[in-house]
Amino acid sequence: MSVPRALPLLALCIAAPLRAAEPPPLREGPGREVTQTNCAVCHSVEYIPMNAPAMDRVGWQKSVQKMRERFGAPLSEADAQVVLDYLSVNYAGKGG
Amino acid sequence: MLTRRQMLLGAAGGWLTRRSMAQAPAETLESLPGKAQLIRRAGRPPNYETPLAGLVPAFTANRDFFVRYHLAVIPELDPRTWSLEIGGASARRPYRISLTQLRRDFEPAELTAVNQCSGNRRGLFAPRVPGVQWGNGAMGNARWRGARLRDVLHRADLAPEALEVWCDGADGPVIPTTPDFVKSLPLERALDESTLIAYEMNGAPLPHLNGAPARLVVPGWTGTYWMKHLTQLRVEPTACESFWMKSAYRVPAGAFKGSRFASQDNPDTVPITDILVNSLITSHVDGARVRADAGESLAGKAWDNGAGIDVVEYSVDGRRSWRAAQLGRDLGRFGWREFAVSLRDVPRGAVEVAVRARSRDGSQQPEKLTVNPAGYHDNRVQSVRLEIA
Repeated sequence: MSVPRALPLLALCIAAPLRAAEPPPLREGPGREVTQTNCAVCHSVEYIPMNAPAMDRVGWQKSVQKMRERFGAPLSEADAQVVLDYLSVNYAGKGG
Repeated sequence: MLTRRQMLLGAAGGWLTRRSMAQAPAETLESLPGKAQLIRRAGRPPNYETPLAGLVPAFTANRDFFVRYHLAVIPELDPRTWSLEIGGASARRPYRISLTQLRRDFEPAELTAVNQCSGNRRGLFAPRVPGVQWGNGAMGNARWRGARLRDVLHRADLAPEALEVWCDGADGPVIPTTPDFVKSLPLERALDESTLIAYEMNGAPLPHLNGAPARLVVPGWTGTYWMKHLTQLRVEPTACESFWMKSAYRVPAGAFKGSRFASQDNPDTVPITDILVNSLITSHVDGARVRADAGESLAGKAWDNGAGIDVVEYSVDGRRSWRAAQLGRDLGRFGWREFAVSLRDVPRGAVEVAVRARSRDGSQQPEKLTVNPAGYHDNRVQSVRLEIA
């Protein structure tokens, strides 16, 4: 489906009333709000803890890069750094 | 929300051993509209798998069938106004068709087929790989009814240079910079008599979350090609350049057996295609206690890419010797095959029962995982530890 650029995000979100319960909040820590705000535009933040066991800093770096370059996440360089630091500190469970 | 752990403990305290509890990923059960309680892997986009109990019947009920989406905008389509566009540079007579016409103008075809997500069992990978951490339930077996894709395509008068059919559905991304979920099929697979545009599943209209009002059914191939909420088919003389073809759903070249999809090959990776031979024990979970005199059977399902299941074998001696399990009714070569092993003949005490399936094409479930970056094709031999008293 092609998405008309003029449609506001809110209207698009309402188009999918799935009634899934809110996922548990992300862990407290510096960068949590920036991470929550940016990631939750397109997906519930439970994708973060779900992937934590597979992730280290390098993994999250690739993931953030993929979201920006492949999935077009409108995340500034500075915010991307904040998100990467937050994820690497709080959700890097690889080998753990 | 009730977690599956709580439910299992509450219902059968101590049923699972501490060790298997520690290994099991956290599971939360939740109902979406029109769906029974499924295991929630992620809420938006929705990714929910079928609990083991839902995989026990020969046909997976529509309300139990797994839900898998890449993108979070999922419009509910009105079957009265929905239409499918058939076009592309290699369609000399492009046209558009309504659901009523799709049902009326083409001879209906019906078949049983397993729909299995490419990433089913990704959560069992060690080391873990990123992606939806599926357990065993991103799959199901259903009776699909619809028009043959080849009949629908032929009406568009295909040009000789036609190479691929590019398929799009109504679900889409939240922001316009995210690539839409578009997949293609090689022309020969699109024209295979088993490939359907299905409008019914197990005798009922498709559930919204399984692709209503019409979806592709590509028996023997993994679920990524089974486009839901189908809206557009483009017959093209070139390879589809979608992110979902060129970057996603690929496996290392030469790593797995499967149909060629030559127009999408590159030297390092090829598109995932065929489902690998596999099986699942559905009657018992690890650590279950069984009374030998209760007449119980260990039972489950075995499936493959449509070559058909040749034999299902079990071992109770640490995978040294194998005996044939009893096979159930043949539901068609793309459906799964039920199997059963009487537990009366199994030695008492702590027993590990392993099960492996072999396909008529000679392939057999392996002992070892072929590690690949996206976490596909886990068809390792599985086992359950039973306490037989």
